[in-house]
Amino acid sequence: MELDLNLIWFVLLGVLIAGYMVLDGFDLGVGVLHPLARTDHERRISLNSIGPLWDGNEVWLVTFVGALFAAFPEAYATVFSGLYNAFMLLLLALIFRAVSIEFRSKIQHRRWRSICDWSFFGASLIIPLIIGVAGANIMLGMPLDERGEFIGSTVDLLTPYALLVGLFTVALVMMHGAIYLCLKTEGAYRRRMRRWAWHCFGVFLTLYLLTTIFTLMMLPQATANFHDHPWGVVVVVLGVLAIANIPRCLHHGRMGQAFASSGVAILVFVCLLAAATFPNIVASAPRPEHSLTIYSAASSPTTLTIMLIIAGLGMPFVIGYTVVIYWTFRGKVRLDEHSY
Amino acid sequence: MELDVILLSRLQFALTIMFHYIFPPLTIGMAIVLVYLEGMYLWTRQEIYEVAAKFWVKIFAINFALGVASGIVMEFQFGTNWATYSRFVGDVFGSALAAEGIFAFFLESVFLAVLVFGWDRVSPRFHFVATIMVALGSIFSSIWIVVANSWQHTPAGSHIVPILRDGEPWIIDGVTQTRAEIVDFWALIFNPSFGHRIVHVWIGCFIVGAFFVLSISAWYLLRGKHVEFAQRSFTGALMLATVASLAALVSGHFQAKTVYQYQPAKLAAFEGHFDTGPAALSLLGWPDQAAQRMRFDLAVPGGLSFLVHERFDEPVVGLDQFRLEDQPPVLVPYFSYRLMVAVGMGLIALTLLASWLRWRGVLYERRWLLWVFVLAILPAMFANHAGWVAAEVGRQPWVVQSPVQRNDDGTLAVGAEGVFVYDEGQGLRTADAVSPAVSAGQVLGSLVTFGAIYVLLGGVWLYVLNYKIQTGPEPITRPARYLGWRDLFSFLRRKEHKPPGDASES
Repeated sequence: MELDLNLIWFVLLGVLIAGYMVLDGFDLGVGVLHPLARTDHERRISLNSIGPLWDGNEVWLVTFVGALFAAFPEAYATVFSGLYNAFMLLLLALIFRAVSIEFRSKIQHRRWRSICDWSFFGASLIIPLIIGVAGANIMLGMPLDERGEFIGSTVDLLTPYALLVGLFTVALVMMHGAIYLCLKTEGAYRRRMRRWAWHCFGVFLTLYLLTTIFTLMMLPQATANFHDHPWGVVVVVLGVLAIANIPRCLHHGRMGQAFASSGVAILVFVCLLAAATFPNIVASAPRPEHSLTIYSAASSPTTLTIMLIIAGLGMPFVIGYTVVIYWTFRGKVRLDEHSY
Repeated sequence: MELDVILLSRLQFALTIMFHYIFPPLTIGMAIVLVYLEGMYLWTRQEIYEVAAKFWVKIFAINFALGVASGIVMEFQFGTNWATYSRFVGDVFGSALAAEGIFAFFLESVFLAVLVFGWDRVSPRFHFVATIMVALGSIFSSIWIVVANSWQHTPAGSHIVPILRDGEPWIIDGVTQTRAEIVDFWALIFNPSFGHRIVHVWIGCFIVGAFFVLSISAWYLLRGKHVEFAQRSFTGALMLATVASLAALVSGHFQAKTVYQYQPAKLAAFEGHFDTGPAALSLLGWPDQAAQRMRFDLAVPGGLSFLVHERFDEPVVGLDQFRLEDQPPVLVPYFSYRLMVAVGMGLIALTLLASWLRWRGVLYERRWLLWVFVLAILPAMFANHAGWVAAEVGRQPWVVQSPVQRNDDGTLAVGAEGVFVYDEGQGLRTADAVSPAVSAGQVLGSLVTFGAIYVLLGGVWLYVLNYKIQTGPEPITRPARYLGWRDLFSFLRRKEHKPPGDASES
């Protein structure tokens, strides 16, 4: 049997973005929930719960972008230049987020810390919003010309459906982040976060149902792949079970399991996004013949093979030391002289 | 006025890469210092090394954070602003970038957490391993990005072929769509200019890292604060700076010879060399590209011929062997190259003088010299940036250099008109590389925004850096001693050397 390198790389990119959404998802969520922390101490607890981890989590995004560039350069070029304004905003958010996390506690000044807190919040809100909007447009299809160049305008991309998916993504990371904070905090702050985990779950569930309904209504192609591969329904069932498990665990206070469930839910959503686009990587509308598929957008087989070797050599190490770091910084947050 | 999307995109790239490049040399250079300090601490268990490591890790983390924040812009920008370039090079350049992510960025970012937050959580030994990993990560990162960049200067291990659609070349409006594809991965990595360039880049990083440490240490010495700490840091960094400054000269010479071999127009632009023939080495003048000659030139006769060929009368290819539209702009490479070399020479003189005074034991009495060291980090950084500016502007008008052809005797294979004509199909011009989907207005907007934000970030960086420097390292409670030969075997007698009440072991 011959390996379908293009398919493998499509899956690997899915793994990378899923890794990003599961791992950075919770620290983005912590950012969106940041204004709920009432005192400077609570805010520092919040920040330090993700302190040693967020930077490594963000590398999943960086590696995803690098791998997209290498494996599907046509898709990378089309999406990044087509969504120019959105990606510039995303970059600004990433910059502001990194700086406000890193520098907030280095200056003892109330005004400064307050600026950093709000910028941390705003940036953490904008990033999943843009990722959601971009994901929706990749599913919906963007106006592309024969060369695969985007020929629309940025404003056209802000359709109600895209905004809905954006808000859904925000709610998803908020829920994920709230559960994470329950794992990492103690006392009154934890009790408040547990209540907020419920609120977030409610908002998430509402937006999840809305998004599902609208996707089924507006995107017939989103489910087309399930006709050819009915076993894919297993993924949908898994997702529903994972989501249903979250309130159960919240009720019983099994936060570890709740966190795992929301992680699985995120994985399932990435799978559904992939299933909705495949075999396209960027759909074109209204001219579907200009769509970039995993074959027309790809690099040469030589390069895909080399990249596969690089990933095969590197990723086991990455996963290995990621586990070591999560283990090293396990348990409830303690503030010491080296904390943010 | 008509806005030019190419010019604006180039300005934005220049701004974002130059701001970003303030930080990687600092972190690469300082990572080496950290490995040394933590290694020495494990070896000798002297408190001073631990105090020093803790202090420099704080500074390192500040620089690293801004390196990460400004670095992610670079990775996005190839796609946002240079879409045609990305389609053309993705197969080759993208692989190097992805490898950088997988091999380098994870390593750096993950272990940085241990470096900054792990002091009380992990053993000193594990902390040391983490430091080595961060240093390795930063080195790996530099390797992959210089591989990718060097390939643009001296493409190798790749060929340029039509893009296929259903097995046929893809033709749009009569134009065959082409791109670069990897043929030989190792030839791509070890492309002709890679070796010399990576060495030169590393040396530049060591110089910046060393002068950064020298600057802060000299300031403490002048203020009479943390004297013991500052003297040790100063001595160590001075050794690194002296060796690196001398090595930069040697490495630069060999790199320039490679440039001449593969990109003669670029070297001619560096040197303001217009007329092919035996060449003088211009010290300072004004290159007048419109008139195709140097004005007010102060030059060493035969100097350039000697540097390139080791003979004073050997001809050197000048810009006259290239069509005007194929020449790089001369003014910027000429002056930035001169700035780099002049600063490099100055740093050699400065470090040699300081080393000699240090050896005589009178260095710390020369306050004026310490003041020079406080400020010397600025020219050291300028030299790094100037070198990159010369290298990248000198590659113009190409973003991926079309190779030059040479005759059997090594002379340039000029055509009937006496000029070399590039094969347009073997490279990519910068003017053809931008994103068709992006308007000049959009780039202007992002350029202005980045400009404003980088001013802000630069300000915050300096403020926090200054705050950390003013706070200084923790006081040393136990007097430090200089090492003797006995310390070589100290690991056999660890218990004896372990100072009482050292909590960091538990």
